[in-house]
Amino acid sequence: MSHLTQLSAIVATVAFILALQWMNDPKTARRGVYAGVAGMVVAIAAAWIQPEIIHHGWIVIAIVAGFLVGVPLSQVPLTAVPQRTALSHAFGGLAAGLVGVAEYYLWLREGPGHFTTFRMTALVAEIILGFLTFTGSLMATGKLQEVKWIPQRAVTYPGQNLVNLGVLAGAIVLGGLIVAHPTAPWAVTWFPGIVALALLFGILLIIPIGGADMPTVISILNAYAGLSAVAMGFVLDNRLLVTAGALDGSSGLILSIIMCRAMNRSFANVLFGAFGSAPKAQAAGEQKEWKQESVEGAAQILEQARLVVIVPGYGMAVAQAQHKAQELYDQLTRRGVTVRFAIHPVAGRMPGHMNVLLAEANVPYSALVEMDEINPEMPQCDVALVVGANDVVNPAARTAQGSPIYGMPIIDADKARTVLAIKRSKNTGFAGIDNELYVKDNTWMLFGDAKAVLGELVKQLATSGGH
Amino acid sequence: MTVDYWSMAFVFVLATLIGLGVIRRVSRLLHTPLMSLTNAISAIAVVGSLAVTGSDYPGIIRILGGVALFASMTNIVSGFLITDRMLKMFKRK
Repeated sequence: MSHLTQLSAIVATVAFILALQWMNDPKTARRGVYAGVAGMVVAIAAAWIQPEIIHHGWIVIAIVAGFLVGVPLSQVPLTAVPQRTALSHAFGGLAAGLVGVAEYYLWLREGPGHFTTFRMTALVAEIILGFLTFTGSLMATGKLQEVKWIPQRAVTYPGQNLVNLGVLAGAIVLGGLIVAHPTAPWAVTWFPGIVALALLFGILLIIPIGGADMPTVISILNAYAGLSAVAMGFVLDNRLLVTAGALDGSSGLILSIIMCRAMNRSFANVLFGAFGSAPKAQAAGEQKEWKQESVEGAAQILEQARLVVIVPGYGMAVAQAQHKAQELYDQLTRRGVTVRFAIHPVAGRMPGHMNVLLAEANVPYSALVEMDEINPEMPQCDVALVVGANDVVNPAARTAQGSPIYGMPIIDADKARTVLAIKRSKNTGFAGIDNELYVKDNTWMLFGDAKAVLGELVKQLATSGGH
Repeated sequence: MTVDYWSMAFVFVLATLIGLGVIRRVSRLLHTPLMSLTNAISAIAVVGSLAVTGSDYPGIIRILGGVALFASMTNIVSGFLITDRMLKMFKRK
């Protein structure tokens, strides 16, 4: 490797670390993007001008195609960011897997000198991680995009974990045998088997995952995509790939840990626990009725509050209600009411999802408060307004052992003096009974589409005028 | 070709520790853009794909490299663009 390549690797690594460093504050974050772009341009230029690179046509075509697909992908509506992110993990995995396959056949052609145990192990790891990330992320994309032929809910069957782990074990054992005898004729024949098993495992891994687990699963796939880039770095003896992949991998790891903690679950439980299939505990004892409030009444309650905490959930994203939520924020703030948005780490379909949607709607980020910071203030809160959130405010998480969400930290909406909850319909079966927040003495329900209800609240407040 | 794998492992461990240290301090507000940014950064795999695509190798191997190059390039372009698009929206007021 030339001095120039080595130098460019150092420059790019420094740029990438600075990029992540600047993400610690929204004020400096955009600078981080420019640093990242600069590092990337330096690295690509240094790789391209190497003397071994003699065919330029295909490179130009692939880069142009990357722009043609990448630019539209960057313009998707922000509600579609989770599936775009999952798709990009798929592309990252695919790239690593394909380069791994190409290298194996290249080494076969160029002679056995290439096959050291270390490099072969790295290559098998690259292929397994790359291809399982590819199909796993494609499945996650499909579920998030609500593609017809992929069931959104968790699908489980008896012996599922055994089958899944069996397929993974098969890939690892086959990979191990090929590491030991990389050039044997049977190894060459069976090499595509590793690819096939890894592809299959990626699909099987995501089948039992339901929507509520998506933030964790996207984070885990993020870590895998990073690790497959690290493995590629080991295969190609390229330190820059190792450092950049490690940064991506550690980011995925930290996000996974945060998501798991926010659900009080372990990695293994998310991947193999099939959350969505857990039987929903029917509330025993007397079934309380919920109390309905009119828009006029709710507007009055909000108007007279000093502190209003809005708790958004995935339902807000589905109803595209973030802009109406911002208008409500404006109306109330103008009247001197303090308004905060309480953000649960797993609200939505990926880490930080709610923050991005509300920022897009022009809610200043000083009004977006994390769960841990808002909870001590909840007893002083006059009104908690729940918009399309369910599990993250369900008090069953504190009390109902045996409930699938038992032990999960929640936003203490029930501690507010009054709770207003917007819910799509009265008769959605279990949901109402499941969440005892809805039938508490101080809770009032507003039935209807989140966007429509918020819109009416805003209209009501606007016509009643300021004081 | 021999690889000095101990020094590679060393680089990997140090880079992971730096990553954990830096990312732990990333604002929770920005976790969505963080994921798209790290995704674009890890598309540095582009340098490996580029070498496979452009070197004097058999066509089939270069095709694999070309597809990998396309996939990485897509991540770089869409990742950086959408990260910047999201970050522009965060205003303190």
